[in-house]
Amino acid sequence: MEARTKEIILSVQGLKKTIGRKPIIHQVSFDVYAGEIFGFLGPNGSGKTTTIRMLVDLIKPSAGKIVICGDNVGTHPEKALSHIGCIVENPEMYGYMTGWENLEHFARMQAGITIDRITEVVEIVGLDQRIHDKVKTYSLGMRQRLGIAQALLGRPKLLILDEPTNGLDPKGIKELREFIRKLAESGMSLFISSHLLSEIQLMCDRVAIIAHGEVIAVGEVEELVSQAGTYTIWQVGDTTEVKRMLSGQQDVQLIPDNEHRIDESILSGLHHPIITIMDEDKISEWVSRFVSAGIAIHSVQRVAPSLEELFLKLTEGEKIG
Amino acid sequence: MANLLALIQNETLKVWKKKRFAVVVLILLILIPIFVYANLKIAQNSADKFHADWRSELQSRITDNTNALSSDRIPEEWKQWRKALVQQLQYYLDHDINPESPNAVTFTRRFMDNAVSLFVPLMVLAIASDLVSSERSSGTIKMLLTRPVRRWRILFAKLAALTLYVSLIMFTTVLLCYLISGLVFGYKGWGEPVFVGFQVQGADVDTSGVHAVTQGVYLLMQAGLIWFSAMVVAIIALMVSVLVRSTAASFVTMMATIIAGTILSNMASSWQSAKYLFNVNLELSSYLRGTPPPIEGMTLGFSLAILGIWAVAALIVSFTVFTKQDILN
Repeated sequence: MEARTKEIILSVQGLKKTIGRKPIIHQVSFDVYAGEIFGFLGPNGSGKTTTIRMLVDLIKPSAGKIVICGDNVGTHPEKALSHIGCIVENPEMYGYMTGWENLEHFARMQAGITIDRITEVVEIVGLDQRIHDKVKTYSLGMRQRLGIAQALLGRPKLLILDEPTNGLDPKGIKELREFIRKLAESGMSLFISSHLLSEIQLMCDRVAIIAHGEVIAVGEVEELVSQAGTYTIWQVGDTTEVKRMLSGQQDVQLIPDNEHRIDESILSGLHHPIITIMDEDKISEWVSRFVSAGIAIHSVQRVAPSLEELFLKLTEGEKIG
Repeated sequence: MANLLALIQNETLKVWKKKRFAVVVLILLILIPIFVYANLKIAQNSADKFHADWRSELQSRITDNTNALSSDRIPEEWKQWRKALVQQLQYYLDHDINPESPNAVTFTRRFMDNAVSLFVPLMVLAIASDLVSSERSSGTIKMLLTRPVRRWRILFAKLAALTLYVSLIMFTTVLLCYLISGLVFGYKGWGEPVFVGFQVQGADVDTSGVHAVTQGVYLLMQAGLIWFSAMVVAIIALMVSVLVRSTAASFVTMMATIIAGTILSNMASSWQSAKYLFNVNLELSSYLRGTPPPIEGMTLGFSLAILGIWAVAALIVSFTVFTKQDILN
C-alpha cells in the first residue's frame, strides 16, 4: 500500500456518460500515482475508449470529475491538457507532411517547445533516420513512434496510450514494452489501455478493470492475480486410473477439459493433461500415492492464473462483449 | 496558451502542403487561356461583321432590343431587362464610349463578372470544404484537440487561414487574368471610363446617379464585392465542414447549394421570399453593372445585409458546435 502515499497525477471520480439516452459509462473512478504504469483493462465495447476520450477532453462527461495534476479537465482544459501527452486509438498524423513537420506543427500548439526538444524526442523514439520523409510512407510501427514523440514533446507528467500494441509485430511489442518501462523509470506516469490481459500483466504495476461501463476492480496486478486460483497440471502414464483416483477427493478438484481458463498456448504442448486445483503441500502426497500404485509420472506443473481468468472471475455470470 | 499566430501558421501551412492552392492556380492557368481565346474570337467576329464600327453595332443592338420590346411573345420580366439594357446602351453611345473595346482590364472585369456565381465559389470550396472534415475523417482531430489549446482558438485559426486563402485566390485570379489576357489584348485599359450607379427600379433604369469611374477603380470595387460573396461562401462551407464528417459530402452539399442558387436566380422572379436565401444573393457585382436583379426588391445593400446575416449565423453555428461537440470517432 505504499503507493497510497504517492502523489496523485490523475484522479477520476464518478465519471458518467450518456449518449442519446443510452448510458455508456455508468461509474468510473480511479487514481493514477506518480511514476507508475497503470493498466486499463476491458474487452472491446466496455467503455475503455470513451473513458480515455473523456480524460483528454474529446468527450464531455455527463457527470463526474477528472483532475490532472490538480487541474480540472472540465473547467481548465488548457491547463489540464498541458500535463499530458496522448495517443487515442491509432497514431494519426498528417500524411502529406514529413514527420518533422508534424512535430513542428504540434510544437507550435504549446508554449516553450524548442527545436532542441523536437530533436531530443526524435532521438528518444529512434526515428532520426526517417524523420524528414513524408508520414504517408511510414510503417505502422514508425507512426506509433512518431505519435509517442508528439506526445512527449511537452514533457508530460502523464502519458496516455490507447491500445498501444495494436497492429505491432512481436518485436515491435517487445520494444514498446521496454520503452514504456524506461519512460516510467524517468518518473513519468503511464496510462495504458488494453483488451489483451497478458499485455497488462507484463507491463503494468496497477490495473483498473472495466466492464459494461463500470470499473469492477482496481488494484495491484499481483494482488488481483493472487485472488484467482492456481492450477496443477499432471501428465501421467495411466490417465484413466489417475482420474479415477482423484475424483471424489475432498482436497482435490478435478477440472473437466472444457471448463478451465488456461491459455491454449500453454496446454498445446502437453499430452493428455489432467487439470486440477489443489494445495501446493498436497502434491508430494499424491505423487507418492501414484508411484506406489505403479503409475508413471511424466510431469507435474503449477500454472499461474492469467489475468483473463481473474477477469472472468470478476465478471462471473455476466455476458461479455 | 500557444500564440494565435502560430496556430494560424499551422492551418495555413496544412492547406499549402495539401497542395490545394496549387490546384486552384493550375485550374486558372488552364481555363483563362481558353476564355481569352473565346473572347478573341468574339472580338474578331464582331469586327468582321461591322467592319470595326462599334457604333453601328451598338446602334443595332439598341434597335434589336427596342423591336423585341414591342413583341407580345416576350415575357414581362424580359421586357424590363431589355428596356434597362437599351437605356444603358444609349448612354454609352451618347457619350462615345466603346463598351466592347477588348483589353486586359476589360477581359478581367468580364471574367470576374462571370466567375462570381460558380467559378469563384468552386475555387473557394476546394479549400474550405475539408478544413475541418478532413481532420475528422483522417483522425488527426484527436491529436489537434488534445493539445492544450482551446477549441475556439483552433477554429478561429482555421477561419483566419481561410480568409487568407480566399483573398489570395481573388488576387491570383485577377492577376492571372490580367497577365494572360494582356498577352493577346494588350495591358492597357486601366483609365477607361466605366459607368456605375445605375439604379434599376421596376422597368426603369434610374440614371440620375450614374457617373464614370476609371476601369481600374471599377475592377477594385468589383473585386471587393466578389471577395465579400466568396467569404460568405467560405464561411458557410466551413460550417458544413464542421457539421459533416466526410469531405466529399461537405463539398457536394455546398456545390449543390450554389448551383441551386444560380438556377433559382433564373426562375424565381415570382417567388418573392427566395430573395432571403444566401445563394441567390451572391452575384453582387451585377449591381455595379446595372443588371436588373433576379428578384424584384433586391438591392446591393439588401444583398450585402442578407449575406452578412447568413455568414454571422454560420459562424455562430460553427463555433458552438465545434467547441461543444463530442469527438466519438
